Amino acid sequence: MKPIKRSRTGTVPEFHSQTGGRIDEKWVGFLLLLPSLAAVAVFVYGFIGWTGAVSFTRWNSLVPDWSWAGWENYLRLFGNFRFQSDLRNTVVFTILFIAVCMILGLTLAVLLDRKLKGEHLFRNIFIFPMALSFIVTGVVWQWIFNPSTGVNLFLGKMGVEDPPVWYVDTRILPGVEWGEIQAGIPLALIPVVIAAVWQLSGFTMAMYLAGLRGIPDEIREAARVDGAGEWQVLRQVILPLLRPVTLSVIIILGHISLKIFDLVVAMTGPGANFVTDVPGVYMFEATFRGNHYAQGAAIAVIMLVMVSLLIIPYLVSNMRKEADL
Amino acid sequence: MGKGFRWVSLALSLALVWTVTACGGSTPEGDSAGDNKEVEIFSWWTGAGEEAGLKALIKLFAKENPEIKVKNAAVAGGAGTNAKAALATRMQGNDPPDTFQVHGGSELNDSWVAAGKMEPLNGLYEEQGWKNKFPSELIDLVSKDGKIYSVPVNIHRGNVLWYNKKIFEENGVEPPKTFDDFFQAADQLKKKGIIPLALGDKELWTATHLLETVLLGKLGPENYNQLWTGELALDDPKVKDAVKTFKKMLTYTNKDHAARNWQDAAQMVAKGDAAMNVMGDWAKGYFTTDLKLKPNKDFGWVPTPETEGSFMVITDTFGLPKGAKNPEATKEFLKVLGSVEGQDTFNPLKGSIPARVDANPDKYDEYGKETIEAFKHSKLTPSLAHGSAAPEGFVTGTNQAVNSFVTQGNIDAFVKTLKQHFKQAKK
Repeated sequence: MKPIKRSRTGTVPEFHSQTGGRIDEKWVGFLLLLPSLAAVAVFVYGFIGWTGAVSFTRWNSLVPDWSWAGWENYLRLFGNFRFQSDLRNTVVFTILFIAVCMILGLTLAVLLDRKLKGEHLFRNIFIFPMALSFIVTGVVWQWIFNPSTGVNLFLGKMGVEDPPVWYVDTRILPGVEWGEIQAGIPLALIPVVIAAVWQLSGFTMAMYLAGLRGIPDEIREAARVDGAGEWQVLRQVILPLLRPVTLSVIIILGHISLKIFDLVVAMTGPGANFVTDVPGVYMFEATFRGNHYAQGAAIAVIMLVMVSLLIIPYLVSNMRKEADL
Repeated sequence: MGKGFRWVSLALSLALVWTVTACGGSTPEGDSAGDNKEVEIFSWWTGAGEEAGLKALIKLFAKENPEIKVKNAAVAGGAGTNAKAALATRMQGNDPPDTFQVHGGSELNDSWVAAGKMEPLNGLYEEQGWKNKFPSELIDLVSKDGKIYSVPVNIHRGNVLWYNKKIFEENGVEPPKTFDDFFQAADQLKKKGIIPLALGDKELWTATHLLETVLLGKLGPENYNQLWTGELALDDPKVKDAVKTFKKMLTYTNKDHAARNWQDAAQMVAKGDAAMNVMGDWAKGYFTTDLKLKPNKDFGWVPTPETEGSFMVITDTFGLPKGAKNPEATKEFLKVLGSVEGQDTFNPLKGSIPARVDANPDKYDEYGKETIEAFKHSKLTPSLAHGSAAPEGFVTGTNQAVNSFVTQGNIDAFVKTLKQHFKQAKK
């Protein structure tokens, strides 16, 4: 929820109740907000609290068991092969996904900003994938990267002897033993990253393009007059000015990738040896297939913490800035 | 926009909240007083043959009970994965459907019955004289402590090995009866460049399904059943031996198994890309209905190695939940479901065999007739992969362990994990 900003000019017209008495402006504001506040309190924070409470119980079958389990569910998760794999996959996926989206998005935006012909067309083409749901994207890319159909047929025709098996690959590079699992980059995740990047790099481009359009030409001109080359203008003038956009991009893409579920379900499922599994999928299966409600709640809480770690610093810095104004 | 606007929006927001509360409050009173003029049937039968079967069954019911309206609440999704989640939500919200599809065995007894959410149906069984019309081992699967909780409508067999007849004939391979036969045939086919065994474990249960047929073959029905009562430990040397065989079988599978679901794997056999596939006999429905293949001409079948005389049973049953709105109407539906006519209407379309011993075999195809005979004379064993043998929690745990095992192949670690999951689930 974004805090509602009060108009700083303060030119709200006075108004009167039907009986003619004056009503405090604050009160009306509060009343107006009350419905959504109540809804948010119950449906967001109430349910978060409920999930948190369930995660400390022993409710791991269809029969609710409210006995206190302490950290049992959490400890079990962190010692669990599947969950350790999930954490590795989430971190790898998030880093690759955000990095590639940003690089591609920024490059496209800078190129489009050159006011080339047919910019409209390109912009639309790049943004279109965003209009699809992850389920659709997942199904399509699942076909493309299917090791026995899809792109491998094409590679075979080209004479590639041993085409990659894409998301069926169980290798993890460099595969250092770490806890129960091998740490590193699961090769099977790369096709999933490609699919996610395909869907959201256009959006990243749009964000950067908006940012670029917001930079007045005078600044660039001034830099050029001072003798800066195009590359220098980009690196030392434009990129620093785009920092707020980058931050927003990281926040938006980051929370999508930490909570990703639909793309993985449609495209690969948990994968052999859980090379493409993510906490969201595990949460769903633990809760709704295994009836491990407490376990599922614990996974959900951990996901919430991960997203909070990403978002809270941003919100805090935003609030500070607002306070400074 | 002045004062008026603010007031209007205030009123609107408040109104919104009030209406929301009002709706929330009125639903239970509106619906709960069932008048037994309706019956809501909850299932995951939305596939081609099964949906046709359900509709035919509903039609039969409507003919006999014209005054009762049927509400078909089917939730799509293979093996009921989505439906089960939807059902759990409704049951826990005390809004049960009048009757719902549930696999006999643990899926019924260790969950809904254990939670005290089901009505016993002994009275209905007495009244209809069903006790000797269903095999007693089957009634045991839907009973707990002498109380019967649901009515089985069909039987699927899990331990079936499907093979491509043409490939077998061309290569002079006989359908394998033992594991030795299997490996011999597989080696022979592999040399010719044919994938011996098709597997599609994108959905984790299919690998578990293969494993349980190996366990049954290696252990025999008595020992297999003892695994789930806890009389035989999951890290017993015999289990390890079976897991070793399972591991060896995996070396004969297609490389891209993790990208395929069970239909894709069955299709490999249908197309001649692979020679064999282990799957429940819903695969027959897929072969004949979806792929238009002829049984015993395009594809053949045998029990999976060393399981002749055993029948891995997967049975769909319907019960009566506590708090159902129309219990009397539901009982009328269950009567039709358990009748010879009902079972012979539903099963030929669904591709399964009837749960009753006195159904009419003439209504079934070649495979069906053979299976009806086998069902009468085999030891029944509950399927683990389909939730009949052990609680859902253990099944998901096993699926996870199997999924890792398929890649890692560490037998000791695997049986150790299984044992841990079993202990947790039985706690």
